[in-house]
Amino acid sequence: MRYAYYPGCSLHSTASDYQQSIDSVFRKLSVELQEVEDWTCCGASAAHVSDPLLPLVLPARDLIKVEKMALDVMVPCAACYNRMRTTNYKLRENVELRKTVNQILQADYRADVRVRHISDVVVNDCGLEAIARLLEKDLKGMKVVCYYGCLSARPQKIVAFDDPVYPSYLDRLIKTLGGEAIEWPFKTECCGGSFSVSKKEVVLKLTHELLDMAQSLGAEAVVVDCPLCQFNLDFRQEEVEERYRKRFSLPVFYFTQLLGASLGLGAETLGLKKLNIDPFPLLERKNIRT
Amino acid sequence: MKITLGDQSRSFAEKISGMIGQNIDGCYQCGKCTAGCPIAYTMELSPHEIIRLVQLGRDQETLASHTIWLCASCETCTSRCPKNIDVAGVMDALRVLAFRQGQTQAEKEITLFHKLFLKVVERFGRVNDLSLMGKYNLLTLNPLRDWRLGHKLFSKGKLKLATPKVKGVREFQELLKRTRAFRGEGP
Repeated sequence: MRYAYYPGCSLHSTASDYQQSIDSVFRKLSVELQEVEDWTCCGASAAHVSDPLLPLVLPARDLIKVEKMALDVMVPCAACYNRMRTTNYKLRENVELRKTVNQILQADYRADVRVRHISDVVVNDCGLEAIARLLEKDLKGMKVVCYYGCLSARPQKIVAFDDPVYPSYLDRLIKTLGGEAIEWPFKTECCGGSFSVSKKEVVLKLTHELLDMAQSLGAEAVVVDCPLCQFNLDFRQEEVEERYRKRFSLPVFYFTQLLGASLGLGAETLGLKKLNIDPFPLLERKNIRT
Repeated sequence: MKITLGDQSRSFAEKISGMIGQNIDGCYQCGKCTAGCPIAYTMELSPHEIIRLVQLGRDQETLASHTIWLCASCETCTSRCPKNIDVAGVMDALRVLAFRQGQTQAEKEITLFHKLFLKVVERFGRVNDLSLMGKYNLLTLNPLRDWRLGHKLFSKGKLKLATPKVKGVREFQELLKRTRAFRGEGP
């Protein structure tokens, strides 16, 4: 299997551990990722709140590069994924708009590149049965909540590849790895996303609600597949604890890190030391040596 | 409060309807968008009130509101609307207009962050967190904001001093210029 790969800006900075675990896990799964050459930012929130064309032009620039590779493109960041899917959708729906965007790009993009979320590729293309055959370690009933967030679920008709309100693909993966995925009501609630810096109060409140619910249901960790969610839940966690006078100490894993650990990969190659809340006490309790 | 609908008020509703590609008059004020909005607790005008004000042509009240900037674009409203109104899309349309009119006072920090984000992207082709945070802290006169967080990220190798510029950054900058020229003015 081969995919074009669009990492997005976070994977080169605050989510470099996500990137490391993706590299090693996909090698182990024998899936080849070919990074889109000279890719640029999707524009994120800043583009779509300030201009009608920029949030389409920016992802389209990258998608045109993918089109030339004649592959599906796999995207690990929910925000980039959402922007790319939205661009394709809008350009397909509105011929005039597509003409305008193509005129700006001096291109002839038909908006038919298939944009795939990383979890969709792992769970549905690689498949849980094939993954089960490769496992070397067992999560030994580790209790986690799988947190999916907003941008790979909504708007449903544009981005969803599972139930948009109560998805289960990460839960099913965790069960395959021998963990226990706790049912919980906040799977697709919002963490505050890009307000982490410019409106931190909102992020602290929303992540507090998520962490509090996870803990009250007995979760030992949170599993995510979005760099924004991971950042807010993990790197803002001590501030949440201070603000709300509670103790959580809940590690927040990228799903690729737990998958990698189960595939027998080491802590270094999975970037586990880059997590803010130390995951090693939990991993040792479960006797998972990485 | 007595509100008289004139041509002026219809033109604002029509403008927003045109921007989102839907007729905003479809909204019958059920309030489902507000009920599901994770940020509504801190909005002075809730999402369904914003929609109502647009229908009534109250452009200045909506464009000057905090609400439009506080929307996190989580799309819960859009996905739940029984009339399929793209409520998050309405927020975007209002923000675009507010930016064009320079109406960013309601949430200066949020709007500054968006502007700096795009500036950094235009310069490097990608986001450079250090450059973005440095500029943001300087311009908000809060140089020590998140220093503890920055230190943690740095010590874990998650912040890089330099972003390698993409090879085609000139071509990329030209592309942004062409996009702006197409739109008239932008932020």
